[in-house]
Amino acid sequence: MQRVVILGGGVGGTLTANLVARKLKARIAKGEAKVTVVDATGKHAYQPGYMYIAMGNERPEKLVKPEKSLLDANVDLVVDEVRRIDVAGSRVELGSGEVLVYEQLVIATGSRIVPEAIEHFDEEAHHFYTAEASAKLRRALDAFTGGKIVIGIAGIPYKCPPAPLEVAFLVESELRERGLREKTELQFLSPINRAFTIESVSEMATPIFAEKGIDLQLLAGVDSIDAERKVVVTDAMEEYPYDLLICVPPHKGAQVVVDSGLAPKSGWLPTDRHTLQVKKMAASGTKDEEIERYPNIYALGDATDLPLSKAGSTAHFEAPIVAERVAAAVLGRKPSGKHALYTGKVMCFFEVGDGKGTLLSFDYDNPPKPPKPGKLWHLGKMVFNKTYWQTVPKGRV
Amino acid sequence: MAPPISRTIDARGSFCPGPLMELIRAIKESEVGDTIAVWSADKGSKIDIPKWVDKAGHTLVGIETKDGYDEIVVTKAR
Repeated sequence: MQRVVILGGGVGGTLTANLVARKLKARIAKGEAKVTVVDATGKHAYQPGYMYIAMGNERPEKLVKPEKSLLDANVDLVVDEVRRIDVAGSRVELGSGEVLVYEQLVIATGSRIVPEAIEHFDEEAHHFYTAEASAKLRRALDAFTGGKIVIGIAGIPYKCPPAPLEVAFLVESELRERGLREKTELQFLSPINRAFTIESVSEMATPIFAEKGIDLQLLAGVDSIDAERKVVVTDAMEEYPYDLLICVPPHKGAQVVVDSGLAPKSGWLPTDRHTLQVKKMAASGTKDEEIERYPNIYALGDATDLPLSKAGSTAHFEAPIVAERVAAAVLGRKPSGKHALYTGKVMCFFEVGDGKGTLLSFDYDNPPKPPKPGKLWHLGKMVFNKTYWQTVPKGRV
Repeated sequence: MAPPISRTIDARGSFCPGPLMELIRAIKESEVGDTIAVWSADKGSKIDIPKWVDKAGHTLVGIETKDGYDEIVVTKAR
């Protein structure tokens, strides 16, 4: 029996499970292979939709479905916490005490927000990384009558890199429509020396900040919040007062991969950029080619340390590679075809406000060349948001 | 005379903005007067890191190009 265990029921875990189950259909039918997804909640959330609870009219109940409903009938689902990954024993220990032995392991445990890492974050800062936080931000925007809005980022990497820029542009549009723009000062704090990590996207986005009159401050990562004075302090120790603060909270990988000795404190799994195999932890400065790879452990999506967007799109394009490699190992053949190796492909929409958007499509070797923002790309994103459930997790796109 | 280096961050496998982010983290964990060396193979680092150091009021001790990477040395000043 070949057992494929997949940790996490997000985009990466769900799609990988479905693709592996399809490739191993005959083996599963004969009882020679088994695919199991372990997920802590048993619910699958469409996280990009959260921002639209705050910025549009999305309803939280539309953004969650039972994980089981998205999985191929040949995939088993175990709803439980992962307590430990025992690499030496090729087994995963679950919260209930159950143990799953694997021949192939896929780690798709994602990223998590850690607002508690910054004192006063929860009371002072709004964000859009959960349905509840987004609804709270919506209420704050509804109550806003003018003043200073600061939009910041507390640490890189974080989920959906364009999101805080999109929020800045969408909030600016909204305030104009509501007749509040003249009474509002908008400031965007970028933690790096440009508006966005990818240079070509930065070149596209920087003039939009200027056009919209949003003050763009560089090298201004949010470090702490002085709640009493309502001031944000950056890592360069500069202070920015606010009336309404919107801030990307700090992010980390899953604690279980740290506790299992697979990842450093940050929780991002060292991952081979092409095979997506997890790399053994190595001393700082070790040449990449000298670092050993676990032959039967893969990571994808937000869980990896790859220099790519932490976004569902990344997981979406990585899953076929992990599925091909896992299925090939089970079937005793070499990975083949266009999904043998990952090229770093990512594709995502980028809202710029006023019903317009653009598209970022790139890979390791080709940076994005975003087209001129227009209504088509905004509509594309709206259609994608609505059709996600029928397409991405099931491997139809 | 250059101050002794109290910590070296090897960020050669990291892409922009990784080396800068690692330096910021190290500065936060260090004491005033500590000197930190960052090794970066990303060409953007020798532009971005000095700008951040200047903004944050720390001291740029020097930048030296070595075999395929830059060593950027910073002293925590506040």
